[in-house]
Formats: sequence, C-alpha cells, structure tokens
Amino acid sequence: MQPKSRFKKPVAYYGWIGVFFLVLFALCGALYYSTLKIDYVWRWYRIPRYFIYEENVETKAFIDGEVERISRQDNTTSILVKGPTNQEVYTVEHGGLRVAEGDLIYPGDVLASYSRRRPGILIQGLWLTLKVSLIAIVFGVLIGLFGGIARISHNPAFKWLAITYIELIRGSPLLVQIFIWYFVLGTLINTLLARNNLYQISPLWFGVAALACFAGAYVAEIVRAGIQSIHRGQTEAARSLGMTYAQCMIHVILPQATRRILPPLAGQFISLIKDSSLLGIIAIRELTKATREVVTTSLQPFELWFICAILYLMLTFALSMFVQYLERRAVVT
Amino acid sequence: MIDVRNVYKTFFAPHEIRALVDVTTKIEAGEVVVVIGPSGSGKSTLLRCLNHLEAAESGHILIDGIDILNPKTDIDKVRAEVGMVFQSFNLFPHKTALQNITLAQRVVRKRSKDKAHEKAMFLLNKVGIADKAGVYPDQLSGGQQQRVAIARALAMDPKVMLFDEPTSALDPEMIGEVLEVMKTLAREGMTMVVVTHEMGFAREVADRVIFMDEGAIVEVGTPEHFFTSPTHERTKLFLSQIL
Repeated sequence: MQPKSRFKKPVAYYGWIGVFFLVLFALCGALYYSTLKIDYVWRWYRIPRYFIYEENVETKAFIDGEVERISRQDNTTSILVKGPTNQEVYTVEHGGLRVAEGDLIYPGDVLASYSRRRPGILIQGLWLTLKVSLIAIVFGVLIGLFGGIARISHNPAFKWLAITYIELIRGSPLLVQIFIWYFVLGTLINTLLARNNLYQISPLWFGVAALACFAGAYVAEIVRAGIQSIHRGQTEAARSLGMTYAQCMIHVILPQATRRILPPLAGQFISLIKDSSLLGIIAIRELTKATREVVTTSLQPFELWFICAILYLMLTFALSMFVQYLERRAVVT
Repeated sequence: MIDVRNVYKTFFAPHEIRALVDVTTKIEAGEVVVVIGPSGSGKSTLLRCLNHLEAAESGHILIDGIDILNPKTDIDKVRAEVGMVFQSFNLFPHKTALQNITLAQRVVRKRSKDKAHEKAMFLLNKVGIADKAGVYPDQLSGGQQQRVAIARALAMDPKVMLFDEPTSALDPEMIGEVLEVMKTLAREGMTMVVVTHEMGFAREVADRVIFMDEGAIVEVGTPEHFFTSPTHERTKLFLSQIL
C-alpha cells in the first residue's frame, strides 16, 4: 500500500512532511541560537584553508656574494651566486625570481619565491582514513573468509583456533586492541627488527592490523552465517557429482553465500571506517586526529567537528552505495 | 556393480534411530532396482550410503569393486561415477540450466568448454527441455527442474544412477514427464536404484523390488511376485495401505 493512501486526506500527509522539516529546522535553529547565547562566532570562511591552502615556497641564499649568472633551463632556473671564497647554484622554478644578475646577496636573502596549492590537513586526514580503511577492509575480508570457513570446519585445530580468535576479538574493546597492537606487539616487533638491523614498521601498519583483525572476526561470523544459510542439499548435490570440498565451496556455496553476506558486510565496512577514528591515539593522523589538531590551532571547534562528521558521512554513504550496486549485480536474473 | 554387505547405520541426533540394520544386497549392472517401504524405513539412508553422503558405520559397500567405506578410497572419484537425483532437485540456483550441467563436467571431468556444452545440450534435448538451456532454475517448473537435475547427473557418464524419491516433491501433473525420462534411461540399460512411492513405475520398469521396514530388507522379488503374492505380513500390510 502506498504510504499516502494511509491518510484520508492528502493534506494530512503533506502536513506531516511539513512537521518533519519543521522539527529538523527547529533543532538546527535551537543549536544556532544557543551558540549565539554563548557568544560563539561562526567563521566558516576559515575552513577552506584546511582543505586546500597556498604554500609559499622561498629559496634563500646561504652565503654572501654576488649573483653571477641566471640561466633558464626547460623547467627550472639556475642562480649562480659567487662569494669571495666559494660559489653555490640554486635551482628554482620559473617566475617569482627576486634577484637580477649583479645583485649583492647576504645569507638569508630570498632569491625566489612562489606559491603552490597543497591539499590541506583535513584532506590529508581524509585520504589517510580512506587508505587505512580500504587496506583494513581487504585484509579483514580475507581473514574473515578463511576464519569463517575454519569456524565450520570439522578439524578441531582450525575450528578451535577460529573460535578462540573470534571470541577474543569480539570480547575486548577495539581501543584496547589498538593499544596491544601498538604498544605490545609493535614494541616487540620493532625491537626485534632493530636488533637484526631491519626496517622499522610504522604505526600505520599496526593500526591497519588492529582494524583488519577486529573486522576479520566479525566478517568471519558473517561468512559462517552466510555459508550455513545455504541449504545442505547444495553441498550434497555438488559432492554427489564428485566435486571436492574446495570445488564445492568455490563454485557452488560461496557464490550463493556472497549475495546473502553483502548487506551485513556493508554494515561491517561502515563500522570499520568509523572505528578508524580511534587510530589517532597511536599517532596516525587520520581524519579525527587531523580535525583535533586543526581545532587546537584554529579555535573553531564547532565548524570543524561538523565538517569532520560530514566527511565521514560522505565516505560511509559512498561505500553503502557501492555495496548496493554490488548487491544488485549479484542478484540472479 | 553394487555390493552391499552387512551394513549398519545408526543416527544419534536428535535421538537414537537404527536406520540400517544388517543390510545385504547386490545390484547387477543394467539392473533397475526399486526400493519401497514406509517412511522412516531406511530406504533413503541406504541410497545415501551408496555414494557416501551418509557414512555407514560398519559393513562393506562395494561400487564397481571399490570399497567406499575404506578410508583410503578417493570418494570423490567414486561419486563421479555414481549419479544422484534428489527429491528436492538441488539445482544450483545461481547457474542456468546449461551451467548446472556443464559445471561438474568442467571442474571434475576437466572437459573443454565446448565439449561440456555439447554434452549438456545433447542431454537437455534428451530430457526434452533444450529450449530452457539459458533459464535459471527458479523459472522452471518442478518437473523441468528435476529433468535438468537428471541431465546434470547423466553428464558425468555415471555407471549407476541413484534416485531418491525423484517425484515426491512434484505436482501430480509433472510426475509423468520425469518418470518418462527415467523409463527411457532404464530401457537404455542404465543401472538404477530408485527409492519411490510410484508403484506403477516399480511394476512397469523394475527388475527387482526391495521392500524395507525399520532399517532392514524384509522382502526382495520381481515386481510380479511382489505385487501379486508377497510372502511377508509386513509387505502385505504396506501394500494394502498404499494400493
């Protein structure tokens, strides 16, 4: 039944739509009014610089002397400064030249300056959140796939390992897990690596590992439920044709389970993106941490936290759209 | 072809049921054997034991001389030689009728795409639904689905075909088309073990009828013997109830 026809008069239906917007605007209005009451000054114009800012790049002289020669190459300009005892060549971009041949130069003088656009700290944070989340999703799905299959295995080693892993992860807070990954495992691994003169692993990867393992446990349960929701007759039919367990999984069970797994998986991915906001505590400058830093310098917390929330909303919304698209594609005929 | 010796099977969940009790029988190549009996008599269990979908707990089951209860037997190889048709069809819903038939040929028999396709079309023709090759199972009627399932099993060139109540889930008007396919198979000399309640089929096609009750084989005989002069009381009772 159309929702509209539940109302005797269409006027009532549109009336209630009006109520919806009224409540929405009233809430926003109340918020705005109370910020005025505490003399908060909204400065939205200060926000764009945290998305894109103009960086001023200056090239300064280190020695004193005279500009001997300025020569242009294809992409750059070289400035040769000759001092009483030594000479140096500075390479700068075209334009923005502040000196001419024959000028006297003292150390610290600006030879050339130009400005360029750089992604602001919020965009950098957003990018890092996206990157961390995507890597964690990929590994989380892999862990979850094998975890889920191990969970329903008849082999006690696989089965109990999967159960232990899932229960440990689901039974402890993510924040604690991140601390364990960074302060316990991270210290262990990096110290061992250092003793063997190997590269150190950056906090980013411990953060990714924490998120991937966390998501993996939930994905494993989703995968298990998805596989078990496929009727036993499917396995029996496949096996009766002589397929091995693996062939049956790959060709018969998993393709069918995928369709049922996708909606809860999308929810898990969205949680993961939101949970990545905790990684700020181990010095990964993702979106939330970036926002916190900007707030301390700009002193515009209201605008920035709203912006931060909206940026997360954009990520999660895009993801849920993508999964809906996959779901439509996976539907048979 | 099939040699079953002293097979026992007990189910423990949800409560203890002795599904097969000392079952011994032999099925020759080219023979059509119909297994009948009241529900819960163990006839489906016996059939499912024949391709190890259920593991019999003791005894021997030899398929073409290979003991499938021997743990060293590669059961997947034996199963490829034993076709099975299920009561609820169990077609793969994410694959078209044609893909249902080609999948195992490609994966298990490692046939080329063209060969598998050719075989599938030949079999779809044989079961009379070549025009439904590109259709997904949920758009087929029950009878059509079961015929695809039969073609799927035949595509492996099995030596034996097992039918587990193939017409029990069908609307009455569709039973005939499936039985017709099975009769054709029987005429072509396929070795078949059929669990069914279709007494007409048993009478017409079977070389032998096995009557089971409470997990044991009660009586074995030709259809004439079975339907005209059964010897055991339980057989008489069963027949009087269904005929």
